[in-house]
Amino acid sequence: MTPAAVSSTSSLSTLAVENLRTHFFTKAGVVKAVDDVSFSVGTGEILGLVGESGCGKSITGFSILGLVDPPGKVVDGKILFHGLDLVDLPEEERRRLRGSRIAMIFQDPMMTLNPVLRIDTQMIEAILAHEKIDRALARKRARDALEQVGIASPDERLRAYPHQFSGGMRQRVAIAIAMLNKPDLIIADEPTTALDVTIQAQILFEAQKLCRETGTALIWITHDLTVVAGLADRIAVMYAGRIVEQGQLGDVLDHPLHPYTRGLIGSVPSRNRRGSHLYQIPGMTPALLNLPTGCAFRERCDFADDACLDQPEITEPVPGRPVRCFHHFAGEKA
Amino acid sequence: MIVFLIRRTFQSVVVLLIMSLLVFVGVYTIGNPVDILISPEATQQEHEAAVKALGLDRPMWEQYRVFLTNALHGNLGDSFVFNEPALKLILQRMPATLELAFGAMFIAVIFGIPLGMVAGIKHHSWIGRAIMSGSILGFSLPTFWVGLMLIMLFAVIFGWLPASGRGETVLLFGIPVSFLTVDGLSHLILPAINLGLFKLSLTIRLTRAGTQENMQLDYVKFARAKGLSNTRVIGVHVLKNILIPVVTVLGLELGNVIAFAVVTETVFAWPGMGKLIIDSIDVLDRPVIVAYLLITVTMFIIINFTVDVLYSILDPRVRLGDVKS
Repeated sequence: MTPAAVSSTSSLSTLAVENLRTHFFTKAGVVKAVDDVSFSVGTGEILGLVGESGCGKSITGFSILGLVDPPGKVVDGKILFHGLDLVDLPEEERRRLRGSRIAMIFQDPMMTLNPVLRIDTQMIEAILAHEKIDRALARKRARDALEQVGIASPDERLRAYPHQFSGGMRQRVAIAIAMLNKPDLIIADEPTTALDVTIQAQILFEAQKLCRETGTALIWITHDLTVVAGLADRIAVMYAGRIVEQGQLGDVLDHPLHPYTRGLIGSVPSRNRRGSHLYQIPGMTPALLNLPTGCAFRERCDFADDACLDQPEITEPVPGRPVRCFHHFAGEKA
Repeated sequence: MIVFLIRRTFQSVVVLLIMSLLVFVGVYTIGNPVDILISPEATQQEHEAAVKALGLDRPMWEQYRVFLTNALHGNLGDSFVFNEPALKLILQRMPATLELAFGAMFIAVIFGIPLGMVAGIKHHSWIGRAIMSGSILGFSLPTFWVGLMLIMLFAVIFGWLPASGRGETVLLFGIPVSFLTVDGLSHLILPAINLGLFKLSLTIRLTRAGTQENMQLDYVKFARAKGLSNTRVIGVHVLKNILIPVVTVLGLELGNVIAFAVVTETVFAWPGMGKLIIDSIDVLDRPVIVAYLLITVTMFIIINFTVDVLYSILDPRVRLGDVKS
């Protein structure tokens, strides 16, 4: 087992994930959706978890909440929430944390709200699941939460059904629900992907503001580097179930250490490279069921050689910059 | 809503009119009831007198016109056999059939929805599989055979429940019902199970499919992410969503159960409409057949209307003003 790169900071963090492995035991074989993932996020901090579709980002989020459905299972590692390991916690105690201390926002706002229940029902139940308070009081809190995320005439909107809202408005409602119990950590799973760019910008702004104001730690899962660039404090880049690189936002974007990160940054359209062909990472994301031996990125990497037939461990060539590659760019000038 | 009501009423009248014509023509072509009704030794004069008395000597369109005129005054004709208004004969037997049908649907819903949800949630475990295998039996075993087996087992071998009839009835709002007396209820149980078994299987299958489909959806995961208990996620969030298709189908099935309870009523000698229509068809008692079919159509129209209203209550996305058909 590799030493956790971030274990030294875990006591200070809201959440510290150490060597997490979540595997799916399917008939076709074991799918290692999350394989030896370690990261941490502190109070008021925004961590961007970046990677292509199917790289295990969402499963990481569900593992933290304890919502991995069979045949999936957290098989190893620790999820320390304020120092308390969630992995071995009984289900009832995990339920009490869900939605009260750790909340989640999902990708598709059209699907996350129950179509046949009114907004007030869906908000009030989220409060009453954790606190024995008066319904009227819970209702008032729901109202205030809607107002806080910028929904006009919240009293009226409380009595509406989800289909009476637009996509952006529904995502605001979902964010309001996540914020209801003032959680310490919110996991946002691509919450702006399904939205228009203008709405996307508004939601990002709201999320950032709310985190700064309340000191909530935020894990923003996305495949879109540009979203993270305007939002996160730190980023972790994930590839095929593993985190390949992490660090402060500016450091990673300016001086990527891993070839995959460099490829990702290179494939974002930019004004400086107008007219030239956009870079593409060659090849396709490997199927998690059938990963190449050694480094999973090996077959798509320009720098791969025989060394890459072994799985690279995490090293820290630059302090605070864990990276999982034999050929990292730490010595180079970018 | 009011627009919906007016449109629906108008449509219903058109449907009834078309139906009455079809039924009338259909019944007219299936034979001469007089041949069956009067004794074979009757003279030619007696025969002609009987034909004239029943109005069968007039052309068909004339007979239909007379029938329609009378129907508009609430008179669907007198039974050839009982010499009583056909409508009255049917309405007398209707409460028995309705009671049986509602009993059957009650069993289907009360057991079908929970069993279906369990089968949907635990679809990999032995209990889920057992429920599904059981529902296949409910689908495939013929009603008359199940009825006979029920009688054999519970009435003959164990002697727990009576095998036939309605038992003691009491008046509820002027209508005789069995289920409020112990004796009546014991008479109702077996036929209701017999009639309800098929619908029970249907409900289980519908509920299971809905549960499996809904459990995969994001709103369930989001509800769990809010920290709701499983009881609430399944009992409120999932249940409200699966009720929509279940109510639609069961509503239509209720009409079927009422109209075609014939087999069960025959096996258990239940004095309902089904038995009356079978007897009437035997002797070509035209007015009763026509009246029965028209009442059945009316019942279907009322049930469909109720389902539409229920649907709009269950699913907020449906507003009755928008229903175009």
